[in-house]
Amino acid sequence: MEDVLRLLQLSINGAATGCIYGLIALGFVLIYKATEMVNFAQGEIMMLGGFIAYTLVGKFGMNYWLGSGLAVLITAAFGYALDALVLRRVIGQPQFAVVMLTLGLAFIFRAGAGIAWGYDSVAFNTPFTNKLVKFGGDVVLGQDNLSIIFGTVLLCGVLYLFFSRTRLGIAMQASSQNQLAAYYMGIPVRRVFSLIWAISAGVAAVAAILLVPVQMVDVNSGIVGFKAFAAAVLGGFGSIPGALVGGVLVGIVEQMAGYYLPTGFQEVTSNIVLLAVLILRPQGLFGQVIRKRV
Amino acid sequence: MSIFAAQDIAMNFGGIRAVEGVSFTVEPGEVFSIIGPNGAGKTTIFNMISRIYTPSAGKLIFAGEDITSIPPHQIANRGIARTFQNIELFANATLLQNLLIGRHCHSQVGLLAQFGFLPSVRRAEIAHREKAEEVIEFLGLQRYRDQLIANLPYGVRKVVELGRALCIEPKLLLLDEPSSGLNVEETEEMGYWIEDIKQDLGVTIIMVEHDMKLVHAVSDRVMALASGRILALGTSAEVQNDPEVIRAYIGGAPV
Amino acid sequence: MIAPFKTGYAQDLTLAKGPGSRIAYAVLLAVMAAIPLVLGEFYVGELGGLFIFAIAGVGLMLLTGYTGLVSLGNAAFLGIGAYTNAILLARGVPFLISLPAAGLLTAFFGVLIGVPTLRMSGLYLAIATLAFGSIIGTVLQKWDGLTGGFDGFAVQTPSILGFKIEGAWGVYYAALIVLVLVVWVSLNILRSPLGRAMVAIRDSEISAQSMGINLAVTKSIAFGISAGITGLAGGLYAHYVRHLAPDSFDILLSIQLVTIVFIGGLGSLHGAIFGAAFMRLLPQAIAMVRDDLPFGLGQLPGLEPSLFGLILVLVIMFEPGGINGRWVKLKAYFAAFPLHRKPAARRQKSYAKSERLR
Repeated sequence: MEDVLRLLQLSINGAATGCIYGLIALGFVLIYKATEMVNFAQGEIMMLGGFIAYTLVGKFGMNYWLGSGLAVLITAAFGYALDALVLRRVIGQPQFAVVMLTLGLAFIFRAGAGIAWGYDSVAFNTPFTNKLVKFGGDVVLGQDNLSIIFGTVLLCGVLYLFFSRTRLGIAMQASSQNQLAAYYMGIPVRRVFSLIWAISAGVAAVAAILLVPVQMVDVNSGIVGFKAFAAAVLGGFGSIPGALVGGVLVGIVEQMAGYYLPTGFQEVTSNIVLLAVLILRPQGLFGQVIRKRV
Repeated sequence: MSIFAAQDIAMNFGGIRAVEGVSFTVEPGEVFSIIGPNGAGKTTIFNMISRIYTPSAGKLIFAGEDITSIPPHQIANRGIARTFQNIELFANATLLQNLLIGRHCHSQVGLLAQFGFLPSVRRAEIAHREKAEEVIEFLGLQRYRDQLIANLPYGVRKVVELGRALCIEPKLLLLDEPSSGLNVEETEEMGYWIEDIKQDLGVTIIMVEHDMKLVHAVSDRVMALASGRILALGTSAEVQNDPEVIRAYIGGAPV
Repeated sequence: MIAPFKTGYAQDLTLAKGPGSRIAYAVLLAVMAAIPLVLGEFYVGELGGLFIFAIAGVGLMLLTGYTGLVSLGNAAFLGIGAYTNAILLARGVPFLISLPAAGLLTAFFGVLIGVPTLRMSGLYLAIATLAFGSIIGTVLQKWDGLTGGFDGFAVQTPSILGFKIEGAWGVYYAALIVLVLVVWVSLNILRSPLGRAMVAIRDSEISAQSMGINLAVTKSIAFGISAGITGLAGGLYAHYVRHLAPDSFDILLSIQLVTIVFIGGLGSLHGAIFGAAFMRLLPQAIAMVRDDLPFGLGQLPGLEPSLFGLILVLVIMFEPGGINGRWVKLKAYFAAFPLHRKPAARRQKSYAKSERLR
């Protein structure tokens, strides 16, 4: 019985961390599907989102919901500007030039955050901090973890409705699939791409805010981005549900490895999963193989 | 004896049958053209011969050898060279380097010898260079020799790709739409080169082509495909007057 | 510009084109050999470090700049080389064997990581090598029986035939000799069939294959050579830092190495060396002006990495040819002076080309 409980506990914790990975991975995938760019600074954008929320809620004493919402909007606007000012200019350069570009941006963001907010870890009070939920007496779960899972599910539902029901969402899907055709249909492809960057930055900010009760924000928070790669690759790098499922799986495997394997393994779990997937099943769980036509 | 034979080859992509039950033979020294509307499976056949695709069924025989399952990088050693529909040159290398890469299948120098650029490597390099220069001369590419491919006009690139294939010293040359993207004069010039390659170098050619004038001018035999099946096979005139072919192209009775 | 008159094919195979460049390189080499006689110990040490990073840069340039394979895990190769050399020296193996052994073992690891990643390209390869680098980094930290773990590993002073290679001068000359050797071998590779095969793979895998190039073998060799050269740099790096810390071979170092090839200019050995020079000299330059900067800018802790980031971003946005690209343009400008035409140096507009399919 105790084992089952522990397993449940580990799974919930893992799933919660995994949701964060999944949300970051979702950001990668959205941008990759649309523009074929991979944003290696996604983790850093999340970190910035966390700091912005901290400034609004923790420092200015804004209401949690209001401050969080505003932080998401500000981060999204930042994502939009990033694409419009920087990334739009490198379209057509080799893919790995963009990889290096976003890595460079990550350095700048990290240093910028250090200058603006200092190098200490910060956090702020949320409605979910240090609260527990009891299920049937025996099972005790933290509201913080549950709020992450719940928040992720909710956000995904909203995104799903957005992409399938709204005009703009469908325009985004169209631009992802065929830029030229979308352009001819009168879709302002470049603006749509910038909006996709905005959404992905916004999603990262949501992830940051959900993470606050569990983990404090500091300039190195962006390192989560590297773990999210494992999630995105496991999901097939191009599949939105895949990214989330991949994130949850990586999160759970990581928790299990941390508990059952000797120390040191937890840190590399995500990387081993990543390499194993790339070697054994490069298309991931949900991806498909497409070959170049000659 | 025929130099190349396709025996009942087929190719499926998922559930789609791109090529089905196609058989033909190519005689040494002939120009064999494959025509057909878009999506007829012409390039798929090329990709099967150059082993980029593995046929779902059937056999490919080249010079008496079954090449259906040899790895794609060994096709060039066997003496089969190809060009690509949309030009697949090495864009950030010079023309000369591109031609020398065509000589790759003839180079047998060891790895360590290359590290030290030993005399054996130097001699081999000069021999390759001489061969590449022959091709440059043959196609009149002298003035572009040291230019990057990325800076060359489309028409020249098309010729360079032909030259790169010739550097392999092929027995069988696969030309995938040699005239696509070329203007009228360039197409005419391409026709002359194809004739020269056939007559002077004695290379057998299989060609996919849409320009019927070019097909008519250079082909010994023509095979018409539609929806992955053979419609007609014969001389150019025979195929062009075949009622099936006319129906496939213009969807009605002959005019 | 004076073009040498060509009289034979062999002439195109020589490394130095024309007598002018032969003299220039000889002078450069002589100056490099004489520098320790003139400069103080600190500068000699820093130059030695520069040479080591130039070696690593050349190693990565062969892989990224010429074969088109990106590695974000080359710090791991540097680490493997450093630890192999240090551990072998500690076990009494002479330097003349331990350094090449470090290179060879690292080359073996390079092939090891190369083989499973053969089917990947571009993005996936970058991610996979990133993961590989981070795994090796963790192994270096946790395998304390071999590496000394977090306490680090003290590197012995090497000696050749009883002659101690000590201090900044020792590292300087050792690194200079290895650098010259590595550059010479790289140039040889680039004018040989292997080098052309690498370039072919970079530009079009599908037609490289049709030209008879075995993609798997060539990529593995490229990985092996790149890792081997980086391992040599690592072996020398051990002597440069004298005390190995496992966490110094992290992602940040990998990214620095890639930055070297990018800032230097992809597809040029000159670029690798320019990039290394830039990478090593920038911190010195910052240190020099740090106190004179207005608004206390010099005191900001994140100044260095953010400057690197900023420069990387600017280079990719505005000068994808890197320092070498700028250098070539400058040379052309002076060669044609005063008849230089601006459009000659203008970047061609490039359009989005899908790399999802290969």
